[in-house]
Amino acid sequence: MSDKKDDNFEPTIVGYLCNWCTYAAADVAGSSRLQYPHNIRAIRVMCSGSVDPLYILRALFSGADAVLISGCRPGDCHYVSGNYKERRRLVLVKTILDTLGLESDRVWLRWIAASDVPKFAATMNEITAEVKKLGPNPIGSAWSV
Amino acid sequence: MAKSVSFSVKDGSVTGAMRQLLKQLLEKKLVDAVLVPLELPSRDNVAQSLVTRSEVLDAANPLAPVLPVSTANIISKMTRLAASEKKVAVVMRSCELRALTELVKLKQASLDNLVLVGVDCYGTFSVPDYKRFAKETPTTGDELLKGVKSGKADSRLREACQVCEYPYPLNADITIGLIGVDFNKGLLVLANTPRGQEILDGLVLVEAKDVSRQTAITELVAVRQKRRDQLFEQTIMESKGLEKLNSIFAPCIGCHNCRDVCPVCYCRECVFDSQTFAFEAEKYLGWASKKGAIRVPTDTLLFHLTRLNHMGTSCVGCGLCQEACPNDVPVFRIFRLVGSKVQPLFSYVPGRNVDEPLPLTTFKEAEFEKVGFE
Repeated sequence: MSDKKDDNFEPTIVGYLCNWCTYAAADVAGSSRLQYPHNIRAIRVMCSGSVDPLYILRALFSGADAVLISGCRPGDCHYVSGNYKERRRLVLVKTILDTLGLESDRVWLRWIAASDVPKFAATMNEITAEVKKLGPNPIGSAWSV
Repeated sequence: MAKSVSFSVKDGSVTGAMRQLLKQLLEKKLVDAVLVPLELPSRDNVAQSLVTRSEVLDAANPLAPVLPVSTANIISKMTRLAASEKKVAVVMRSCELRALTELVKLKQASLDNLVLVGVDCYGTFSVPDYKRFAKETPTTGDELLKGVKSGKADSRLREACQVCEYPYPLNADITIGLIGVDFNKGLLVLANTPRGQEILDGLVLVEAKDVSRQTAITELVAVRQKRRDQLFEQTIMESKGLEKLNSIFAPCIGCHNCRDVCPVCYCRECVFDSQTFAFEAEKYLGWASKKGAIRVPTDTLLFHLTRLNHMGTSCVGCGLCQEACPNDVPVFRIFRLVGSKVQPLFSYVPGRNVDEPLPLTTFKEAEFEKVGFE
């Protein structure tokens, strides 16, 4: 894919961020002027466990280059077990994508607590760098899906 | 604890014996109704029917190797609002029983007052094939059963049946054993639950031993599993990767028949029928200008992928999705393949146990512990 060599490729990463942890961390990262790539499109959700696989797939099919779901660390869910359930769903989505030969490495899950502000910035850097290596999402440009 | 008895087969007609057995259930008032496939007057198809008068059961043909709709769907429709107050015996194949178990877990069916009569199944033909074969053979049930029992008709069975490793019923109250059973000695009838036991006690039957059924089942399952693995390999070759997957689903016209006949696709209102997927012209034009073109109706592949995510863990592999497709999209192959990968993730076998929670409604703290950290 010629696009892969495009050094100016700026991926679009859709982030479903839990209101009680990662979204708060993102907020603090912003107000404390921590630098992180602008590629993330943050969508605040009430719990990582509220993210249906359809939201992940829909983002990928609409042209997102990657999707991040980020929630509270295991054991810390504001609603007790939402993140554990999301973990199962994520393993499911990735396995389905792998089985069908679609790129499951475009789907990310991270646990980032509200206090983990540097981790939030570091994660955004990491994902952006990795997705740049992957290049643009081929599903995003396929007209016939 | 399973009690096994023998039910005599007269004149070599297994269908006749089945009819007698079901008739006795009604005549001895062991049940109030029987849900069983009846032969249609045209004699070229069957339709599941709720029977209350025993003489109607002369048309019962529970062994007809054809599955127009899953009985699990019918039970769900009948018991979703409220459980049956009267006792109903339901004659089902393995895939139907397994789907019903999933629906009970999804709170879309109730087993109260049902007596599940599971019948060994060698497989079924497609509806059009059955229609053709039924016209060619005079005693459809028995003749066609003989054919499938010998394995000679295997290549004409539905693809799903050719690779089905559950020819024996799971979670039935009463099992009617056909596989490896010598019909000269009678049908093998097994009670698996107290409810089934109660019914068998009401019938006066001679005790019998299962001598050859288990071995025959093991052999048949081995053949099926081998075929299944070959089909998986072939499906991976044909479908892996965006380009191939896209061409597999290219003939999909978005009729959603596969979803409608699926016995385990559980949402009462599908998101794909909802306003979530209703957009203004401007949206479509926006997408089109971004990609240069966009297939309409949109979201063909997304629909199938979403269904895989929602019910892939519960897929029992009945193959009715593929039968319902007007354009021969190999839906079953894809779903069965994906099911074989996702169900083991959670050590889950759909239809195995009604008390096992659905994988996506539960979790363990100590599992997938690296996920989210790597």
